[in-house]
Amino acid sequence: MSKFKKKSESSQDIPTAALPDIIFMLLFFFMVTTVMRETEILVKQDIPRAEQLVKLEKKKLVTYLYVGEPKEPEIFGTESLIQANDAFIAIDGIVQWVNTEKDQLSEVERDQITISLKVDKETKMGIIVDIQTELREANARKIIYATPQKTDDN
Amino acid sequence: MARSKNRGSQEVNAGSMADIAFLLLIFFLVTTQIATNKGLTLLLPPKQDEEEPEPVKQQERNIFKIQVNSLNKLMVEGETLDDPSLIGDMVYDFILNFGKMSDVEKGPTGEKVSDRQTYESLPASMKAYINSKLRSDKSSDGPNAAIVSLKADRGSSYEIFIEILDQLNAAYNRVYGERVGLTAEEFRKLNRNDPRDLDLYDRARSGIPKSISIAEPSKVGG
Repeated sequence: MSKFKKKSESSQDIPTAALPDIIFMLLFFFMVTTVMRETEILVKQDIPRAEQLVKLEKKKLVTYLYVGEPKEPEIFGTESLIQANDAFIAIDGIVQWVNTEKDQLSEVERDQITISLKVDKETKMGIIVDIQTELREANARKIIYATPQKTDDN
Repeated sequence: MARSKNRGSQEVNAGSMADIAFLLLIFFLVTTQIATNKGLTLLLPPKQDEEEPEPVKQQERNIFKIQVNSLNKLMVEGETLDDPSLIGDMVYDFILNFGKMSDVEKGPTGEKVSDRQTYESLPASMKAYINSKLRSDKSSDGPNAAIVSLKADRGSSYEIFIEILDQLNAAYNRVYGERVGLTAEEFRKLNRNDPRDLDLYDRARSGIPKSISIAEPSKVGG
């Protein structure tokens, strides 16, 4: 019996003193990597996948255009629309929009502005071509078609 | 007196700290969105001036034509094609055809390279492949002249456009990678902030411009 007693003497609690530290570490990781979503996306975004992706280094120079069918067809219809920041813009408003975005950058960086196009896969090419023509007009020639990485199973 | 004070625990009760941290953690887990700045890059041609003369007409053999109609059917070099994943290899052969090597140096000032110099810089395995399989006089004269033209109808879908663009980038990355002894994958992952990688990158790309042209579609859907 004495053998059993000896065993029970040692504490059976798992030391949890380090638990807050671990949790805090995770917490800081997510706090640092998090980006609060500043715009609510009003269009469908099912983006086609691709393999040969390039990663953009300078995030500051990137501005986003969302293209796709509106999520609320009863208000906005079913035709694909372009969303910039918080609102829908028309094709001929793109030049003006690019110029306002360029004004937010410092002068040396203005020509390096990159437009990231996030386009739903159901979208027709017509609207994309129109956007490209307008971007050429606005002298924002660097564009990137944002796509997630293709995985092997699809 | 001192003893009685010591009896009470002097530790701050930290048991609920984990709970607080958990709560914050869950909040950030839910709101987080790891930024994805990845995609296929493309440089648009500069704005066309009205007065500027029309660009010189390229010879037919130097243009690799890909067309997509409104039913998402492909037409590559005048023939229909069902599987877009075949385009990569076709473009690879097209770029490296070296049908008629010119000695004219082209490219940005300071780093002008002629097709012949480009050819000389290729590794032996690529030269052997070019000499045995390619060098057709019906395909491109050399990488400097080669242009890939992608013309998508207004009614075609974005999905197929991305798929083709992906294939084109794959072909170019394969050429660049093999030229410096890397796979396409390794070439793509080169970190251009690292001077050694940047040197490899520049070496791979010199003389082989990535000329992908997105042609304006015809106004009437086919």
